[in-house]
Amino acid sequence: MSTHAAPQTLVDKIWRQHVIRELSDGRTLIHIDRHFLHDGTNRQAFDGLRRIKRPVRNLDLTWAVVDHILSTLPGRTGESHPPGIERIHALRDNCRQFNLKLFDTDDPQQGIAHVIAPELGITLPGCTLVCGDSHTATNGGLGALAWGIGTTEVMHVVATQSLLVRKQKQLRINFNGRIGAGVSSKDMILYFMSKHGVTAGAGCTVEYAGPAIRALPIEARMTICNMSIEFGSRCGIVAPDDTTFEYIANRPYAPKGALWDRAVAEWRTLGSDADAQFDREVDIDCNAIGPQVTWGNTPQDAVAIDEALPDPATVADSARRQALERAYNYMNLTPGRTLEGVPIDIAFIGSCTNSRLSDLDAAAQVIKGHKVAKGVTALAVPGSMAVKAAAEAKGLDKIFIEAGFEWRNAGCSMCVGSNGDLVPPGKRSISTTNRNFEHRQGPHSRTHLAGPAMVAAAAVSGCITDVRKLLS
Amino acid sequence: MEPFKVVTGIAAPMLMPNINTDAITPMAAGRSTSVDLGKMMFNNWRYNLDGSEIPDFILNRPPFRQSKMLVAGENFGCGSSRERAVWALMKFGIRCVIAPSFADIFRENSYQNGLLPVAISAADCAALGASLEHVSDPTLTVDLERCIVRALDGREIPFSVPAERRDALLKGLDEIDVILSMEADIAAYQQRERSARPWLFPEPR
Ligand code: SF4
Repeated sequence: MSTHAAPQTLVDKIWRQHVIRELSDGRTLIHIDRHFLHDGTNRQAFDGLRRIKRPVRNLDLTWAVVDHILSTLPGRTGESHPPGIERIHALRDNCRQFNLKLFDTDDPQQGIAHVIAPELGITLPGCTLVCGDSHTATNGGLGALAWGIGTTEVMHVVATQSLLVRKQKQLRINFNGRIGAGVSSKDMILYFMSKHGVTAGAGCTVEYAGPAIRALPIEARMTICNMSIEFGSRCGIVAPDDTTFEYIANRPYAPKGALWDRAVAEWRTLGSDADAQFDREVDIDCNAIGPQVTWGNTPQDAVAIDEALPDPATVADSARRQALERAYNYMNLTPGRTLEGVPIDIAFIGSCTNSRLSDLDAAAQVIKGHKVAKGVTALAVPGSMAVKAAAEAKGLDKIFIEAGFEWRNAGCSMCVGSNGDLVPPGKRSISTTNRNFEHRQGPHSRTHLAGPAMVAAAAVSGCITDVRKLLS
Repeated sequence: MEPFKVVTGIAAPMLMPNINTDAITPMAAGRSTSVDLGKMMFNNWRYNLDGSEIPDFILNRPPFRQSKMLVAGENFGCGSSRERAVWALMKFGIRCVIAPSFADIFRENSYQNGLLPVAISAADCAALGASLEHVSDPTLTVDLERCIVRALDGREIPFSVPAERRDALLKGLDEIDVILSMEADIAAYQQRERSARPWLFPEPR
């Protein structure tokens, strides 16, 4: 019998448990424990299934949800946003034909895929989970090996419950020290990217570790894992611990009774061994992190609120310099200044990055007793209908509505604008989302990424500002 | 999928880094089946808000309107996993993107569809891109059989592709057939796991 004496990482352990077969060319057939489909990209996958004349291989391991393209307005149905009707109907028809569980527009469990998979207890530590969406790594916050795939691979998973992949290199990011008041996990990951760039994780699976990670509640860990793809990593993960088990216990799809005890006993063994080897390790000092906001068009363009914007003239690499100049032009900003005081038109709180109860709570604490500034449109879009109900039970909806926010139903909304919630051309938004690309929130939209408290502070101030001034 | 052996054609230099899939196929530009993906590719860079073409944009300029290749900056295809970015490039006529590096999901999606991602050094890429400007015939050849890019001056730049990808591209093979051939292994794995880790198999509801 072989003993696995060599020290293993968290990812090694999960990987080893999921190997169906290793091929001689270095590829591995990996079992996929959970698969989520959504309205955005999956229709061609069903067409592919029909082409190869296969059913959905494991109906009990596959779920579908409407999230990207549906209206978030009060009283919405699948038909409220006309350009989305075709896709939503196609998803419904396909789910009916293939007998799949669909969280439809009127389902109280509906929400953004990466928000509902954890909150329903579908995501479990040590499981493999994929979805045709690049932010699937969000689920890594629970210790799941989760990554985003394209439509062809979606078809492969639906048909075979497996994927043919090569094991990636492993990067560990150690977040040391502790974050200060007014600083969130969103600031931690934006800060990391500002120091290490948008390709720091290319070709790597990332384990987030260190005392500052251990101190984070699950929802905040998910925010960090969510952003993994923004620096090139398909997959980010945090080792499960008691905080994780507490979060999962008693959720609808989570194991119960004796099975729960058995699962937890195994989950406790998943963490990286003390002397496990990583291909690369990076250390981040969290004491140095202030509230972050991005100024440009890649997520690495983050600065602390009191930090001057970089001067392209000092950048040696000509491609990078030109990219910075282009971003200043697109964003209509000038080097040297800070972002404090930059007027905004739109404040958006939502998306799979920051739309959970703790995010809405953090924003509500800031806006309580304030009004949304004149001329600013502010949206709060819960990540799921369950988050919305929980927020309403705490009275958060009232705080948002009284301040002048729109209080919406769950969905992707203005993160990507495919449901018609768009930032108009030339307008400036501050947003809790994950991408500040040119035109992402709508043609010629200008996006600043930040955490929920910072977006809330900007909403009530009418300009980007340091949330710590409002909190003190 | 479409096989890829040797492709010769116009190559457009687009050397900026981090060209993302939102840029290639913006969501707001329409999600319906009736959208012509080739026409909407790079929608916000190609057209003004009123739909008129932006004459300066490289793919609106002759001869680059007929491009079969792009020569791009690092981290091409970053961002969203949307495979329609690959479909849009192919619909326009692009068969190959040459860049110093690619985002993982985009590269994967490319291989699955018969679009060839060619990674060469940043220096080679910059030189190749610069050579395409201001010439009457910016035509390159990408030969997957020999794994070389032939530059305008005849120089051959080697590149590497994983053997199984090269084989699949040359023959136009779909990966699904390889996986389906291992169905017995999948079934055996699941049977084992259902008793080893039963919590991973929730009761169907
Ligand atoms: S909220 Fe945004 S990033 Fe998240 S799944 Fe939806 S569109 Fe993608």
